[in-house]
Amino acid sequence: MQELSSSFAIALSLIGTLDADLFEIVGLSLRVSLSAVGLSLLIGLPVGAAIAIGRFPGRFSLIVISNSLMGMPPVVVGLLVYLALSRAGPFGVLGLLYTPTAMVIAQTLLITPIIIALARQTIEDLNSEYAEYFASLAIGSGHRVVTLLWEGRYSLLTVGLAGFGRAISEVGAVMIVGGNIDHLTRVMTTAIALETSKGDLELAMALGIILMLLALAVNVLLFFIRPTERFGKKSAPASY
Amino acid sequence: MMSSVRRLPRILRFFAAVFFCGVSAGVPAERASIVIQSTTSTANSGLYDYLLPLFEEAHGIKVNVVAVGTGQAIRNAMRGDGDVLLVHAELDEKQFVADGWGVERFDLMFNDFVLVGPAADPAGLQRADSVSEALKRISLSGVFFASRGDDSGTHKKELALWRSAGIDPSGASGDWYRETGSGMGATLNVAVGMNAYCLTDRATWISFANKQGLKVLYEDDPPLFNQYGITLVDSRKHPHVNAKAGQAFVDWMTGEVGQTAIANFRRSGQQLFFPNASP
Repeated sequence: MQELSSSFAIALSLIGTLDADLFEIVGLSLRVSLSAVGLSLLIGLPVGAAIAIGRFPGRFSLIVISNSLMGMPPVVVGLLVYLALSRAGPFGVLGLLYTPTAMVIAQTLLITPIIIALARQTIEDLNSEYAEYFASLAIGSGHRVVTLLWEGRYSLLTVGLAGFGRAISEVGAVMIVGGNIDHLTRVMTTAIALETSKGDLELAMALGIILMLLALAVNVLLFFIRPTERFGKKSAPASY
Repeated sequence: MMSSVRRLPRILRFFAAVFFCGVSAGVPAERASIVIQSTTSTANSGLYDYLLPLFEEAHGIKVNVVAVGTGQAIRNAMRGDGDVLLVHAELDEKQFVADGWGVERFDLMFNDFVLVGPAADPAGLQRADSVSEALKRISLSGVFFASRGDDSGTHKKELALWRSAGIDPSGASGDWYRETGSGMGATLNVAVGMNAYCLTDRATWISFANKQGLKVLYEDDPPLFNQYGITLVDSRKHPHVNAKAGQAFVDWMTGEVGQTAIANFRRSGQQLFFPNASP
């Protein structure tokens, strides 16, 4: 395991010398995965909330489907998006294959089910906590969704982080739809796969260490968005 | 209550920032660009890192390399997901052109395959007089052999070599014949881990950094010849193909400047690719 210490040394020197290629790759990783998380939250939160509080036919199937899709292998998502965006595919004319946009699309598809499933559970729990309160005020369901999303925002932030973790760490989807093109679609995970295939295991591991530091940095950053004092969850929701 | 309201803009700002990232990610490059569907050895050995800046400098055309196995590269090119095909499976390349997917195939350069294996050479490859005998020795010894198993150019070559040796290794699949279904580097990593024999192109082997106890045990035999070819994808099949830029790249690679550059590329002091385009 002496490789590990030399990997740390390589990682530190890459960071220390502000290696331009490394920063480009890290930047793209963040851009792609954060964009995918943003889009997934936009889609997943309202859908998750609707499933949580709505009572409509097919609701149970939706829950089961979104829960199962959480286990979708990234390489399958990659294949689906590849077939759709390939020139011979239905969206080929858009010319999106082998672009960062294609990678954002793939990761969005990958993590939206996670956001939906986890948000649904969070909001469902919160909803039963507030059931009496909502009943007493006879609040409409639109207002209810907004209130629940707002009151559950810190739990939902964790939901977002789960999605981000899945997105930034996957290699199967971005490899296929991005093509791992140098200076265009190479991200941390595809770079690690490439260096491993070149047999440069120490550099690959160094990139892995940097990827983990990156995830740590994002988590620390988001930690400070949380309030220092916690509101009592049992108190009535804010009446903004 | 108030503090929760005050925090709203911060979260919104965060998502706004995330969103801006997404939009900027979609901005296309301004320069003309082409995509090469390529075999992995040319990319992993660093050949493109050496050649492409020279071409890009001369022509102002950005070259994006998608490095996959030859089989996958050909299929991707058939789907129109590349402007130029650069692989090493001559028969398949000619079929690609014959079927109308490519304009014309040109010889580009060559090198050779080598059989690598554990330094102790338990199957005795170093005593073999031919590649067929070398393979026979492996199959008889029962020492592991790591095969690409991925329909790549190297895999096709390996299967052809087994055929001409009169051996069908598929019966031993999972036994001594281990098909990784992965790229050359990944398969070499497996061979290292299992102390297995393996067929690899010399360029990937020389630039491979994790050789550990493996070394070249059989080489320099005409059947191990490895020819690379370059083909422009036909824009009559795929109208979006950048035929002008793609042709410029093919012309440059097969022309004097590109051929000289290929010959000048060195790794660990060794020449990895030998240009042989017809003038």
